[in-house]
Order: sequence, then C-alpha cells, then structure tokens
Amino acid sequence: MRATRRDILKGAAAAAFPLPAIAQGAGPKVIVVGGGFAGASAARFLKKEHPAATVTLVETNATFTACPFSNGILAGLRDLREQQFNYENIAKDGVSLAFQAATAVDAQARSVTLSGGAKLTYDRLVMAPGIDLRFDALPGYDQAAAEKMPHAWKAGEQTLLLRRQLESMEDGGKVYIVAPANPFRCPPGPYERASLIAYYLKTKKPKSKVIILDAKDAFSKQRLFQNAWKELYPDHIEWVSLSQGGKVNSVEPATNTLVTDFSSHKADVANVIPPQRAGAIAQSAGVADRTGWCPIDPVTFESKLVPNIHVVGDAGIMGGMPKSAFSANAQAKVCAAAVAALLRGEKVSEPRLINTCYSLVAPDYGITVAGVYKPADGVLSDIQGAGGVSPIDAPRSARRLEAQFAEGWFKTITSEVFG
Amino acid sequence: MHATRLIAALAALLMFGGMAAAAEAPAGASSCSGCHASNPKAGTPVPPLAGRPAAEIANQMIAFKTGKQAGTIMDRIAKGFSDEEIQAIAAWYAGQK
Repeated sequence: MRATRRDILKGAAAAAFPLPAIAQGAGPKVIVVGGGFAGASAARFLKKEHPAATVTLVETNATFTACPFSNGILAGLRDLREQQFNYENIAKDGVSLAFQAATAVDAQARSVTLSGGAKLTYDRLVMAPGIDLRFDALPGYDQAAAEKMPHAWKAGEQTLLLRRQLESMEDGGKVYIVAPANPFRCPPGPYERASLIAYYLKTKKPKSKVIILDAKDAFSKQRLFQNAWKELYPDHIEWVSLSQGGKVNSVEPATNTLVTDFSSHKADVANVIPPQRAGAIAQSAGVADRTGWCPIDPVTFESKLVPNIHVVGDAGIMGGMPKSAFSANAQAKVCAAAVAALLRGEKVSEPRLINTCYSLVAPDYGITVAGVYKPADGVLSDIQGAGGVSPIDAPRSARRLEAQFAEGWFKTITSEVFG
Repeated sequence: MHATRLIAALAALLMFGGMAAAAEAPAGASSCSGCHASNPKAGTPVPPLAGRPAAEIANQMIAFKTGKQAGTIMDRIAKGFSDEEIQAIAAWYAGQK
C-alpha cells in the first residue's frame, strides 16, 4: 500500500489542522527523521521559519520520553509521566506527523521510505536519529543482557526496570554503574546518576554503596562532583577510573558479574551504559563515518558526506558541543534557519550556539557546565574565555539556586519543543 | 503617477526589508530560549527576554560579561559574545512579542 500524505495526516493528531492542499503542493518539502529534542525542535522551527514548506516529522513513538531528569526517577524523586510528552502542539503548528519508522534513505532520489511502505520525497532532509546503544561492543552485553543489567540510557521501560531493581535490593547491596569511554550521550549523566542513587541509598538503604567502573580517567564536571560526593556521600560513592582498573571488558548477565582486567565484580544491581553510535538510519543513509557518528558543516549542519541531508543532535560530530538536550535544541534552531534560507536560495549567516547542562547532585544541589560555540576550522569550536563549570567554591545557596534553575530549564525546553 | 508607483515600490521594499530583518534572529539569539522561556506559562524562575527594552537586556549582559553583575551561569555565557553581538541580540528580543 502506498500511503499518501493525506493518509499519514489522517493517522496523526494533525488531522484536525490540515494545511490547504495548494500550499502543501506549492512549497518545498522537508522531512525530519527523529522526534527527540533535536528533531522535534527542527520540525517546529522549520515550519515557523518557512511557513510555505511542507514539513513532515517521522517518528516511531507517539509519546516522547525525555532523558534529562530521568535520573530523578531512579531516586524515587520523579514519576515517568513527568518525562513524557506528545506531538499534538507540533501538529497544530502545521507539521505533518508520520508515526512510523524511517527504514531507508535514498539520497539520489531524495526519498525516505517508511515502515508502512510509503515513500516520501524531500528537497532537504534533517536527520536527528539520536543514539543507538551498541550491543556488539562489550562482550556479553546484548539486548537480552539489558533486561537483566539495564542501561537506562534511553528513558522509559529501562528506567523503570533499574528503579525496581534498586527498590528491591537489600540494604548493604552494591550498585555498579559501568560508564563508557567518550563520546556518548550526556557526558555528566553517569555521575549525576551515581549521585542521585547515592541520595536514595543514604536515605533508605544506608549500608549500601554505588561503585562507578569507568573506561575514562576524567569526566564532565569532575571536581564539582567529587567535592560534592566528599561532602554529601563520603561512604556511598566510589569511582574507579580507567587507570585504577575501572574499564569493564565483559559482563556475565547470568551472575550479574562485571569483569575488568584484574578482577570480577559481583553486582546486586548492575547498570551497564554501553558504547554508542548514531542511530541506525544514519548508518544506512551513509551520513555516519567510520567512528559511527555524523560529520557536519558547522554553519548549515549539512552532512559532510551526503548533500541535502542535515544532521542535528546526539548523532552528530559537533566539535566542542556535548551530546545534550540543550545542544540538540540549539543546533536544531540554527539548522532550521539555515535550511529555510537554503530553500529560499539565500545566504546562510554564521551562527553562534550555546550549551548549558544542569546536573543534580542532590535535589537541592545543582551544578552546571556551559559553553558558547562558533564554526572554526570546519567544526563547532568553544569560544575561548567563555563557558566552563560552576565555581568550585560556590556557597550552598548557589547550588540551591542552580537546582531551581535546573528544573526551570527542563520546564522551559520541554515547553518550547512540545508545549 | 510615476512618482506614486515609485513610492509604493519603495514602501513595499522597506516593509519587506523590515520583515526580513525581524524574521532573521542574529547569531546566538536562538539559543537563549533554551532557558529564557518564550512561553510565559513554562513555569521557570528565569526571566523572559521577549519585549524587554533592548538597553536593559544589553546592559545586563555587559554587566555579566565584565563581572559587575554576579550570576550563576550568565557570567560564563555572556563572555562568549562581543558587545556588538550583545546589542544585536538585545535589539532582536526587544522586538519580539
């Protein structure tokens, strides 16, 4: 069956707000693949920047589950429903929604094939496929193992599974977090997770402990985290770096065992965050390079490998910008303006982008890293003298304020993208 | 007749030019709404930018940049922008509703 655009619209909330058929036929066509922070922002802002364009957002799930703040669920501080959003308001803005998987991209024919069999053509394609967890990179850790040793690195069922394991663990248990080498989604995430799990253990199961086995010797906001751990969780968090033998070489799900060079660790709860790469559709479309990630032009976000395809968000090689929701949203807005300009045959002006990442060490203890970026030497580069982390010696009042701003940020970004 | 047509054309050009300028955000401006909500119902303690006087936004940014005004994060972000870039962003937000 070949679905027409009208059929696709019929299946979506957009049905109540169809565009006039003439406008749909007349304007340029843009497809956005992936409805996370990057893709949903790109689709929405593209329609705003270029109202005459037909913008179709292709996303598998009708409900989006946000990763930022999902570590709060593990600590019993939040409900999964607070992480969930839908696409109704994006549809109301005139974006067509196709709740299907994109199964193939033909860059020559400029078309995207959907799981339902429909083939949509585009003038420009924006890919925001996010990450795929690599189930071929850590021996023993495959999709089945993730049901025993959750990664919880895509929010949803996995988050709830890890929460249940933490809840049913006896006091005195050992929780292991396996942290991957760079690059990966949300660089401070494993350490915020360790902090909030420690917060839960300290309150509810004080004889227990979190141990981070790390494939790195350094991590994001490291001094801030470590100082806070010394102050708040001296008996509840242990970090084992790469040079201390922290790299996990294989896992044994049957016995919940993590194997490093010199020892085996038997975990009561094992949270394994495996290596990652750009989502599968990026690999098959040819926009990912040998690293598994997608090189882009830092002005337009157009792929350096395939013309007329732009990549935003975690899947991209974004130079100094980390794989964060803030970055994804900032990149998507710049990319939307660039695509709109290109479709009109206008010149694209050089952008500036900002990132801020909030992490909670405790519900009332927030820390940040920020950066300002510009295109330089073909990548997005840090503007020297700007950005950096929260002051190391800031008073607790500043940490409290940053915890409040963290929550404000989550409300703001989800309202801009989905509200 | 000729003059009228010319004036009309000029007016259209001015309007169009004005619209284009209003539509295109200056470098960096689109990132701000990640924290400074464009939706007043978002529920954040971070102040909105849209519709605030340009001088107020620019002065505040320059105070963050020079360290005259303490901030949790804006001091680090403001240092990434030249005074001209700050003026352009401030003027653009002042013109947003």
